[in-house]
Parts: sequence; structure tokens; C-alpha cells
Amino acid sequence: MRFPDARKVIEAIRKEASRLGREVKFMDVCGTHEDTINRGGIRTLLPENVKIFAGPGCPVCITPVEDIVAMMEIARKRDMIVTTFGDMYRIPTPRGSFADFRASGHDVRVVYSIYDAYKIAKETDKLVVHFSPGFETTTAPTAGMLRQVVEDGMENFKIYSVHRLTPPAVEFLLNEGAVFDGLITPGHVSAIIGVQGWEYLTKEYGIPQVISGFEPLDVLISILMLLRMLNEDRKDIENEYTRVVKYEGNVEAMKSIGEFFEVRDAKWRALGVIPKSGLFLKDKYAHLDIRSEVAVEIPEMPDLEAGCRCGEVLRGLILPRECPLFGRVCTPEQPVGPCMVSYEGTCNIFYKYAGLLG
Amino acid sequence: MFIKNDAIILTMCLAIPGKVVKIEGKIAIVDYGGVRREARIDFVPDVKVGDYVVVHTGFAIEKLSEEEALLSIDAWNEILGGGE
Repeated sequence: MRFPDARKVIEAIRKEASRLGREVKFMDVCGTHEDTINRGGIRTLLPENVKIFAGPGCPVCITPVEDIVAMMEIARKRDMIVTTFGDMYRIPTPRGSFADFRASGHDVRVVYSIYDAYKIAKETDKLVVHFSPGFETTTAPTAGMLRQVVEDGMENFKIYSVHRLTPPAVEFLLNEGAVFDGLITPGHVSAIIGVQGWEYLTKEYGIPQVISGFEPLDVLISILMLLRMLNEDRKDIENEYTRVVKYEGNVEAMKSIGEFFEVRDAKWRALGVIPKSGLFLKDKYAHLDIRSEVAVEIPEMPDLEAGCRCGEVLRGLILPRECPLFGRVCTPEQPVGPCMVSYEGTCNIFYKYAGLLG
Repeated sequence: MFIKNDAIILTMCLAIPGKVVKIEGKIAIVDYGGVRREARIDFVPDVKVGDYVVVHTGFAIEKLSEEEALLSIDAWNEILGGGE
């Protein structure tokens, strides 16, 4: 049993890349992959003709401003404790962030898990509403927690779902004309939806994919696997992250998501409406959605401040350094756009690891 | 042998790796190299004490055994070997 040497992997990548003899562009669609790529300085290790771009891999970045504002308006109308994740808490909107909302006297609490929100609800008579963003990996915990809420017969716990599905976003980019030679497919989304959840993209759009783990070595090996596929003229989906991702995914988790949620068209901040990409509570469980009790009308708002290029970053069209605001006007302390706020936002990650970019 | 590979699993294999040290109903106590936290195990119903789990926002989303982790290292070496 021997652990492969990263140098050996890089050497193999160089060989495959030079054999290929043209520029190739791979896309990742997961903030954690982008973190790994930056943390490992992977872009600087790759041959000149292998480029990696980041796609819409940040769920809180793409959460519509209107939903964040609607949550705040709902909390103005009824006494409640709002819970959400730490990066969601700081996302700017034209009417401020949840952090600003809290500063104005409302009860907003940051939680690490929806389970923490549930525990808060268990210990109070007040209504607790979890503002719930996230891709499949986070939707599964939401569904699991709702199942517990139903079992317990709790009446003071509700959610505001802004959950989104990842494969439809990749499909949307492809339909919009995005050109890339391969997808570094997110490992933890795949732990839930399985290899099978991504297969159709390869079959219908001819995009090679490798489902990848999150260590620098995982990503390097995935890049090698993609290059090899291109050299062998194969359009397949392969699984590098076999220690976690099964073909069928996590069947229990998928069952739970299917029990509570249905798929509808939904807006993504800075990207627009993506068909069949949003998860909303089924009619049967509408009472668990705060929107079924408190209705608010929110006008459409600008997604981004003038000059912010978060939309192009999310589409994989540019890397953060190409935005004139990056690192000058827009920093994690004073973020202009959502991509600079979240730990999974491409701009935030590039800012944090700037020293490793070479 | 497991002790030796423990380090590998902890540093190389998982985004947020943890070893299950206790299970009570749907809650497990998971040890992340010394730091212990609760995790819901709703979606890994057959998890046992001693298994490793991948935890995302407080929920174990998949479990993996020592053998599975080591098998993937085998697979990596095969990928590398195949290219030469």
C-alpha cells in the first residue's frame, strides 16, 4: 500500500497535456474544490495549456436578493428567531444583510447546522425560521431535520427554502454556450445524488466528467483522468472519489429529499432563472414553509452593485483578478458582491490565498 | 496497520473527516483528531462505532470503512501506473 507522490501525478499531467497539444479548459462547480485548488496552488502547478475555471459553486452567492429581503420582511411582520449560516448572514442586498437586520434589533442567529436551529426551537416557545440555502449536500440535512420535526409534531419550527440543484446549473451554462472540455464534478453533491445524478450531462452534452474528492491530490488525479479521457477521445463520467461516492448516491438522503421537496424553475442571483433547479416544499408540507403563513411582496431588485463582475465569475467567464474591484474596492472586510463574502465564493477564496497564486 | 493509516485517512481522504466514537439514536459523537462534536446519522443508518464519516453541516452524508479508503489509494496508484 503506497500513497502516490504528487510530483508523479504532476509529471503524468504534463505528459498527457503535451500529448494533447492544445489548450483545454476544465470547470469546477464547487467552492470547496476552488478552495483546494487555491490552497494547493494547483493552477501554478499545471502546464500552460491546462486552465481551470470556477463555475457557480457557491450556494449563498446565488441565493436571490429578493428571497433574503423577503425573509427579513417576514421577520418584521411576525415575532420570530431567524437562523441561517454564517456566510449567508453577511451576504449584501440592496436592503442590507442579515447582519444589518440583526443590528437593527431583530433576532437573527448564526448556526453551523440546521440541527442547531432545531435545538433552539426545542428550547423556546418562539417561532424559529431557518433560512435554508444550499445545494444537494445541504438539502439532505434539511430534509432529515424536517422529518424529525414532523415526527416530533413541532409547530414552532419552519424553513424558508432557497435550496438549489447543481446539475441543472451546469446544463444551463452549457445551453448558454459555455465552452469547457471537462467538468471537475463536486464530490459531496455526488455523495448525495450519486454518479447517476450527473450521467445525463455526459450523455446529452458530451462533457467528460470526473467526480473528485477534496484534497489537492484528489483534484490533481481528477485532472489527470480528464486529460487522459481527452487523449483517448472518450466522453465518460469517472469517479475519483470512490471512497465516498457510490453510483447510486445516498439512497436514504435522496428518499428524504424526495419526500419533502419538489423541483421547480428558480432564480439564481446574477445568473437568472434556471429551469428545474429550485427545491420547494411539496403541498403536503407547505405548513413547514414560513411563506405559507406570512405573505410579502418584494419587487425585483438589482442583483449586483454597478461594476461587480460576480455574474461573470459565477459563469466561469473570468477569474476574480480580471475584475477591477477585486482586492481594491472589494475585500472580505468590505465586500461589494456575494462572491467576496462566502467562504465558498470564488473571489473570497482568491483573496484569501493570493500569496499562493504565483 | 490501521494506526499508521489513520494519519493518511485524516490528512488526505476527507474534507471533514471524523471517527464515530459513540452512537445514541440518530446522534453520533464524532472525533475529529481530538475534537468531538455531535453529528446526525439519519442518512447512514448502518454506521458503527469505529467507522469514519463525512460530515456536512452537522449531518453524516456518507460513511467509509478503512478498506474503502485504502482501496482508493490502490486505484490512484493504478491510474498512475497505467500512464507509464
